[in-house]
Amino acid sequence: MSDNRLSVLKTYKLFVGGTFPRSESGRVYEVTDAKGQWLANAPLASRKDARDAVVAARKAFGGWSGATAYNRGQILYRVAEMLEGRRDQFIREVADGEGLSRAKATAQVDAAIDRWVWYAGWSDKTAQIAGSANPVAGPYFNLSAPEPTGVVALLAPQASSFLGLVSVIAPAIVTGNTAVVVASEKSPLPALSLAEVLATSDLPGGVVNLLSGRTAEIATPLAAHQDVNAIDLAGADAELATELEKAAAENLKRVLRPQAVDWAADPGTGRLLAFLETKTVWHPMGA
Amino acid sequence: MPTTVPAYGKEAAERLASLADVTADDGALRRFLHGLPGVDAVGLQARAATLGTRSIKTTAKAYAIDLAISMIDLTTLEGADTPGKVRALCAKGINPDPTDRTTPRVAAICVYGDMVATAKEALKGSGIHVAAVATAFPSGRAALPVKLADTRDAVAAGADEIDMVIDRGAFLSGRYLEVFEEIRRVKEACVREDGTAAHLKVIFETGELQTYDNVRRASWLAMLAGADFIKTSTGKVAVNATPPVTLVLLEAVRDFRATTGVQVGVKPAGGIRTSKDAIKYLVMVNETLGAEWLSPEWFRFGASSLLNDLLMQRQKLSTGRYSGPDYVTVD
Repeated sequence: MSDNRLSVLKTYKLFVGGTFPRSESGRVYEVTDAKGQWLANAPLASRKDARDAVVAARKAFGGWSGATAYNRGQILYRVAEMLEGRRDQFIREVADGEGLSRAKATAQVDAAIDRWVWYAGWSDKTAQIAGSANPVAGPYFNLSAPEPTGVVALLAPQASSFLGLVSVIAPAIVTGNTAVVVASEKSPLPALSLAEVLATSDLPGGVVNLLSGRTAEIATPLAAHQDVNAIDLAGADAELATELEKAAAENLKRVLRPQAVDWAADPGTGRLLAFLETKTVWHPMGA
Repeated sequence: MPTTVPAYGKEAAERLASLADVTADDGALRRFLHGLPGVDAVGLQARAATLGTRSIKTTAKAYAIDLAISMIDLTTLEGADTPGKVRALCAKGINPDPTDRTTPRVAAICVYGDMVATAKEALKGSGIHVAAVATAFPSGRAALPVKLADTRDAVAAGADEIDMVIDRGAFLSGRYLEVFEEIRRVKEACVREDGTAAHLKVIFETGELQTYDNVRRASWLAMLAGADFIKTSTGKVAVNATPPVTLVLLEAVRDFRATTGVQVGVKPAGGIRTSKDAIKYLVMVNETLGAEWLSPEWFRFGASSLLNDLLMQRQKLSTGRYSGPDYVTVD
């Protein structure tokens, strides 16, 4: 009986503002596994999709950054729970996309889920390590506190399509930023499936927006966009990164330059603290 | 086809006088309005949707954006309006994008009657008109003498344009002549001491008129009564200007000119927030009425947030970079 079933192929779509649109351009491109076998068609996002994603991210910023750290942590932990439920799907997609054995792909996915949980725990702890009570020469409390910078464009790592992806998204949003993510160009499927997880885990629409396509084509307008506050160039090669840095200088975006990263290693707090601003307030001590 | 005269000109009154038989009494007016051809709702919506699919790019888009900016009636109609806010809005109308002096000015600033003097003062010498909403805006629920006093007050304060609302209650219960007379009386109240007159825009509040047929009847009724402009909505109810409703107005204006030779302006208001929407309306105007209406004298947008979006699009065209809300004012 199962031999007679027609195959049900999945249409992978973008994730913008909590919904799953096709690319505005109507384009798709073929995604192949490591051996060149066709896996699926993924949307080939255009600069207008990037523009729409930024609008969605900006709209979501007020609510997400204003939510309590405790609430953000809970929601991110919920995402990890949903990831766990779809573990097999991600293992398959990572194994296919990166040409890994099942055992190695399993290790990647498990590490990614654990990392998500780890970052979720940071939501109410960044202020302790990035904030301070400053001694001043007067009867004032002087307090510095970290605040999210705003809309962050994330170019996900090209090689590590899931662990790398999670390692750039989670630290950016846990502090209250909203993100426009450009998935790995060659293996975007884990990212597009992650969107389905995010959509079903209480994460407000627009906090994470996922685009697949040519990294250079989508990243260029994002880097030049006046309403994007920071950009993570993890997925850009050296030449593209230079171009993007120049474009980003126009509105003084925070830029996280590409660097050699072992995604399997302990991530540290670098990415967590990269997209924060510091607000310092003076408050009279009273009588 | 008779020669064209503007609705605010002297000849227009004579042309309307030639149609005096249809407005002679309630029965004649009702027969005339109900004798207008019915609107094919499905066809209308399809036509409006088709016109919305045109792709306007590059130089045409730049032209359309500048034209749309110059057609805006920049509006603030809040209970919380202060003189300071009105002055800030006027400054924005004069110089919408301080970083780019080639940006055109808006057509008018639209305020409540008591803010007219403030706006007039702030706009002195700029050539931008002051439009005042009158006649118990937005509900229109007041006695006629109150409405007329409201209008005269705004005109005396220096308003160049009066946006009146019709009495929807009277219209919906079929007392067309009452609505007709009211518009006529308000038009008379628009006359200044020196004999010139403020232009009269008549708001139908199409969201409350229920059917496209009613919108068409209201359009003809207002034009017969001497409206210089017909306007869709107040912006204060759930449903405001939509492309199909505006298309009904445009068609009525087209047919009215073909019949009488009197040219009337159109103003969609409320709910138009993006450049894309605005450009769709301009396409509709051009396709229905032609280029003669593509000027602030004959077509306006009643809007407040639209201007910011147009400015962001304009910045995108001139710099190549997508702009953001940080680069326009918070109104």
